[in-house]
Amino acid sequence: MNSDAFISNLFNSLSLGSILLLIALGLAITFGLMRVINMAHGEFIMAGAYVAYVTQNLFHRLPAQFFGWFLIVALPCAFLVTAVMGWLLEMTVIRRLYGRPLDTLLATWGVSIMLQQLARSIFGSMGVNVETPAWLDGHWQMGHLAVPYNRVFIMVVALVCLAGMYLFLYYSHTGRRIQAVMQNRDMAACLGISTRKIDALAFAVGSGLAGIAGCALTLLSSIDSNLGTKYIVDSFMVVVLGGVGRLIGTVAGAIGMGALNTGWEYETTASLGKVLTFVCVMLFLQWKPMGMFTTRTRALD
Amino acid sequence: MEIKEVSNLSSIQINLSEGGATKRRTRPLELMAIAATGAALSFGLAGCSSNPPATQAATPDTSKPSDASSTTTTTSTSTASTAVTGDTVKVGILHSLSGTMAISEVSVKDAEMMAINEINAKGGVMGKKIVPVVEDGASDWPTFKTKAEKLLTQDKVAAVFGCWTSVSRKTVLPVFEKYNGLLWYPVQYEGMETSPNIFYTGATTNQQISPAVDWLLKNGKKKFFLLGSDYVFPRTANAEIKAQLKANGGTLVGEEYTPLGHREYSTLVDKIKAAKPDVVFNTLNGDSNVEFFKQLKAVGLTAKDLPTMSVSIAEPEIRAIGPDKLAGHWAVWNYFETTNTPENKKFVTDLKAANPKTPVTDDPMEAGYFGVYLWKAAVEKAKSFDVDKVKAASDGITFKAPEGEIKIDGKTHHTWKTVRIGVVGADGQFKEIWNSGKPVKPDPYLDTYPWGKGLKDKLVHTA
Repeated sequence: MNSDAFISNLFNSLSLGSILLLIALGLAITFGLMRVINMAHGEFIMAGAYVAYVTQNLFHRLPAQFFGWFLIVALPCAFLVTAVMGWLLEMTVIRRLYGRPLDTLLATWGVSIMLQQLARSIFGSMGVNVETPAWLDGHWQMGHLAVPYNRVFIMVVALVCLAGMYLFLYYSHTGRRIQAVMQNRDMAACLGISTRKIDALAFAVGSGLAGIAGCALTLLSSIDSNLGTKYIVDSFMVVVLGGVGRLIGTVAGAIGMGALNTGWEYETTASLGKVLTFVCVMLFLQWKPMGMFTTRTRALD
Repeated sequence: MEIKEVSNLSSIQINLSEGGATKRRTRPLELMAIAATGAALSFGLAGCSSNPPATQAATPDTSKPSDASSTTTTTSTSTASTAVTGDTVKVGILHSLSGTMAISEVSVKDAEMMAINEINAKGGVMGKKIVPVVEDGASDWPTFKTKAEKLLTQDKVAAVFGCWTSVSRKTVLPVFEKYNGLLWYPVQYEGMETSPNIFYTGATTNQQISPAVDWLLKNGKKKFFLLGSDYVFPRTANAEIKAQLKANGGTLVGEEYTPLGHREYSTLVDKIKAAKPDVVFNTLNGDSNVEFFKQLKAVGLTAKDLPTMSVSIAEPEIRAIGPDKLAGHWAVWNYFETTNTPENKKFVTDLKAANPKTPVTDDPMEAGYFGVYLWKAAVEKAKSFDVDKVKAASDGITFKAPEGEIKIDGKTHHTWKTVRIGVVGADGQFKEIWNSGKPVKPDPYLDTYPWGKGLKDKLVHTA
């Protein structure tokens, strides 16, 4: 690998890492903290992408000079829409299945299939396109390395989400309550925290982050009813690799997976690279079954 | 944190409290195992829906020859007798209406249904109204097999219109041969196959890929980079392209495959840039195309810097990728929505009117549509719904399809088709820049090409 190739691989690793981080952040809450295996997480990503599509179509009706802003408007909209979806899912299905991971898995998987069909019924089975706003269309040329604006934008969105999550979980009142409930439900309940409300809220926030991810990914990806299935495996992998329950773990897992994927793909082929990445992750989990970072509590698990 | 300090206490409480609270605690390891299972489950599904076993039986199931032949004789007669009841005749429609492939196959089903409705409105086939039995293959190959068996043995349909992926076709092929059914397959594919029980209305290699390679070479594009999804169609097609390049003075500067559903093309585009090809011959399938072309555009590579020739990008894909990212790139098909025939004007208008969610038409939809008419013509020529008689009558039947006149080749069960190369315009439609001038004779095994000699032995894996 010469220095040009090294720099472009480094950038590609960080870019892929930021994408993985974005899709896994929501899971870091719903799976990492709440221990809910939500197979419909991918469909929340899909929903976020469709929100971007709908917003774009609405902006087409406005005067042309506003059009460039649709993505910025779509991001919070996507968060709200998917947060509400997540909240409904928690209230109707997941609430009844806490502590029964296998049942949750099957129920949410069923929900994911229903959501896919719903998307197909509403938007048709053909894929749709979200245009790249003019200000994100282009690249910086740095020597041999072309740095596309859209990938930089995704990195920025990932970082903003990460910072927001960090501040929310560790410094806000609600965030600390979420942590308290997740770490010791009964004690938190004794202290007067409504654990049901907190569950619903945490799940909604996690789902909302999936919506943001979906919205940002429209810059790179196709939008159709199967969008979610393409992301669900990687997002779980990132959370498990990083260590369930720690935000820093999710970051490390995402960057690690990004670098492994890019490096192996460069050295071998895309198919083999994927296999080798999974082999590496498996070997790592054999060595450290709890992932890169583990939560230490005094609770008896 | 304060909460942590007292957690010892609460874990004692847990043992006392009933039900929910205790159950909420699941060991992280256990959780991970379950999550992994879940992930594998969905991955496996996504995978098997698109990752075909490359060399599935291309020949009939020979494991039970006596069994197969006996059923053939009994069912072939009963098919004809029970498909027709009163003044109706039953046909099957077998497509993925759910799952990964629904994206492509639903619109083909719509086109086939439209043909059936048109025929019924004009009095049906030999005075019998067509009753379609629609089955969902669900993007799952074993399901295709089960549904094919159901259509042939329970509904006893006179013909089946269906399938999209090569692996679904290869999965149902033994079923159609065993029960002597009739499948009309509407999608371009990699060639190297014929079956007495399948009619191929889409292009085989020499009606799509080989003419495109010749055209590129003639236009000075000598250095090829082959990019494809990792499954049977691209791998077979690229083996054929490589033989053709070697014989006709082209060079191969790179060959890469990405898993189906692959979505990260930054590394791959870097590799292509480093290889400096004249053209990328693109056999990527499905939505990977979107990510690939979005990445090309993002790093500033236009069709002028790096032209591509695609065989799986039709009008719906242009819509999903965005015409701005595809403008100037080439694709090769037998039909474009812009193909200028009176039949096509009517086809496009009627189909869009009947299916508001289908904003564009494409080649497989058109092939699905005229497949129904070809079957009707063959039945009327045979004056019977009997599969063997329809097959015998099929040779030489012509039809004015939206793509122009097509003709059934009785020997290979393929159709003569005109080849067209189009360039993507800013409106998301193709502008035809070359066509073969007349329908090209199908040659699924490339026997008539000097460079095609020996490919059959290399690529056809008999069970």
